Amino acid sequence: MNYKSFMKGGMAALMAMSLAACSSSTGTTTTTSSSSAAAGGTIKIGSSGPLTGDAAVYGKAVANAAALAVEEINAQGGQQYEFKAEDDQADAEKAVTAYNNLVDWGMQVSLGTVTSGAGQAVSPLYKEDGIFALTPSASSTGVIFKDMADSSTAYGNVFQMCFTDPNQGSASATYLSTHTNLGTKIGVIYRSDDNYSTGINTTFTAKAKELGLDIVSSQTFQNGATDFSVQVKQLAAAGADVIFMPIYYQPATLILQEAKKQGVKATFFGCDGMDGILSQDGFDATLAEGLYMLTPFSADSTDTKTAAFVKAYKAKYNETPNQFAADAYDAIYAIAQGVKAGSVTSSMKAKEITDVLVKQFTSMTFNGVTGSNVTWKATGEVSKDPRAIVVKSGAYVSAE
Amino acid sequence: MAFLSYLISGLGLGSVYAIIALGYSMVYGIAKMLNFAHGDIIMVGAYVAFYMLSSFGMPVIPAVLVSIVVCLVLGVAIEKLAYKPLRQASSLSVLITAIGVSYFLQNGALLLWGADTKIFPNALPQGSLDIGGLSVSYLSMITIAVNIIIMILLTLFINKTKTGRAMRACSEDKGAATLMGINVNRIISITFAIGSGLAAIAAVLLVSSYPSVYPTLGSMPGIKAFTAAVFGGIGSIPGAFLGGLLLGIIEIFARAYISTQLSDAIVFAVLIVVLLIKPTGLLGKKINEKV
Repeated sequence: MNYKSFMKGGMAALMAMSLAACSSSTGTTTTTSSSSAAAGGTIKIGSSGPLTGDAAVYGKAVANAAALAVEEINAQGGQQYEFKAEDDQADAEKAVTAYNNLVDWGMQVSLGTVTSGAGQAVSPLYKEDGIFALTPSASSTGVIFKDMADSSTAYGNVFQMCFTDPNQGSASATYLSTHTNLGTKIGVIYRSDDNYSTGINTTFTAKAKELGLDIVSSQTFQNGATDFSVQVKQLAAAGADVIFMPIYYQPATLILQEAKKQGVKATFFGCDGMDGILSQDGFDATLAEGLYMLTPFSADSTDTKTAAFVKAYKAKYNETPNQFAADAYDAIYAIAQGVKAGSVTSSMKAKEITDVLVKQFTSMTFNGVTGSNVTWKATGEVSKDPRAIVVKSGAYVSAE
Repeated sequence: MAFLSYLISGLGLGSVYAIIALGYSMVYGIAKMLNFAHGDIIMVGAYVAFYMLSSFGMPVIPAVLVSIVVCLVLGVAIEKLAYKPLRQASSLSVLITAIGVSYFLQNGALLLWGADTKIFPNALPQGSLDIGGLSVSYLSMITIAVNIIIMILLTLFINKTKTGRAMRACSEDKGAATLMGINVNRIISITFAIGSGLAAIAAVLLVSSYPSVYPTLGSMPGIKAFTAAVFGGIGSIPGAFLGGLLLGIIEIFARAYISTQLSDAIVFAVLIVVLLIKPTGLLGKKINEKV
């Protein structure tokens, strides 16, 4: 056999092998039911989130907590569940791929996506395929409404465990108006090329105006910005004593650093994107001392449910759970509650399950680690009270 | 008063851009290629320095030296593997390859060191000097001082040493240089080595001022510094320094006096305007093609 035909044959074989390798997806974690009981079968819950990339802290928290919840529920006997987390790197295109992988796997209920950008890309697919989705943290209204500004375009089968961004913005404004000890001259700094940040800022500003709060300065920055000297200087010059930052913790760290450098004394107030700031490798916790965060979950809370969750999470993953983990944990339990109350079985198709779950979710009340008396509207929006936590001596402490 | 303090912020920011731009300009000046992976070599330098300082507890100077060595080796390796095979190809191929190397380094860093942002420790003095109400940070002063020292050393090296002369010969005409007995491959490798070593120094200064270390940290500063190098005259070392400083000042003033939303757009718009008026940049030399 001569060289040329050997090469041809070899290349063909290599290509065939690589095609086979392509079919398995990368970056997934799977939890299967621990019981060997063949009766009943398992209900498959799928989720996609950033297991790698800038927002990996959130993706990993969600995947871990959901896996923990599934393990606990399976151990109680009764309906068994299987859970799979796909990596979407918080990117819309990758989220669609992840969704398709999960559908191929046989997903019956979705834990949605972790980030809003990815969620907005996948929600129309949930609608088309009739899959029920409960996202722990994709907070943009664009995830549950087709037209993000219009609640009458709600998909109806996509629900959120977390506040919508608008609700975070107005909840923050409400919190500041009832806690004037934080400050009365409000400065805002937000990321103008980010859906999440601008969404919160818009409703915050509107609610603040309604409540008669005094916003003395509003600053912006864009993705990749490292120098905040101008924004911080202008906030200080305007006399802001409380600075609202509806942004992620990475730029927040740089802003806190700059504020320290310029000797700016103000209380900083963030939303769920601030979560994870303390767990950065090498982060000096004194920089975040006194930082407030609007969040429904506080790991040091003394209520039994929260304490048990924190203990179990710490035991399994060797770190304290953040708010994303708590939301995911609650989401799995909420789904399980809906499944049980609606008598959903594993042999039901996704569309049937959706009809039952939608009915359950719009009528039931859920008590979890992220809130009590949690209810849902038909639009998928969640209703629960906003709470805040504050960083004291390098740890998150309930602010109430 | 505010004007002066913005000017000082601008100089501080600009000095960081300047030191990154030096690497771009130097490599372009000698090897006539734009190493778009320069920003990512900086990122690698930042990670190496981070680990040396925090995991190994080294003092600053040894950590920077280790970072320089690693970046040097990385730069030479990239040159040998990715750019050398394309010496005869069109410059577009080399540009695209550089972008490919950039992605490779970013994703490699993501795999090796993970996605979580790391905070660079305060290895360099963090305080500032108060001059009549204005505060100038020690870091800015150190960065400008390092810039000037490197500029002087580089200029001396290129003008006074034999290797420097060989580098100038290669930049003028590689073919003629080979005929004169210069080992062009060695000279280009040395160029990349120096450029990458500079990247490591730039890295430490960049992440001392803005302490977030993450896989894509080199991309925005890289683009801005490249803009600064072109603005100041690509291939010219004083041009890179001037371009960097001016760009930092323009960015800060645009952000302060025009709009925080448009500051980046304005910076790049200035580049376009300058290139329309003086295509070779501020200090660039007009190259006449002898027919």
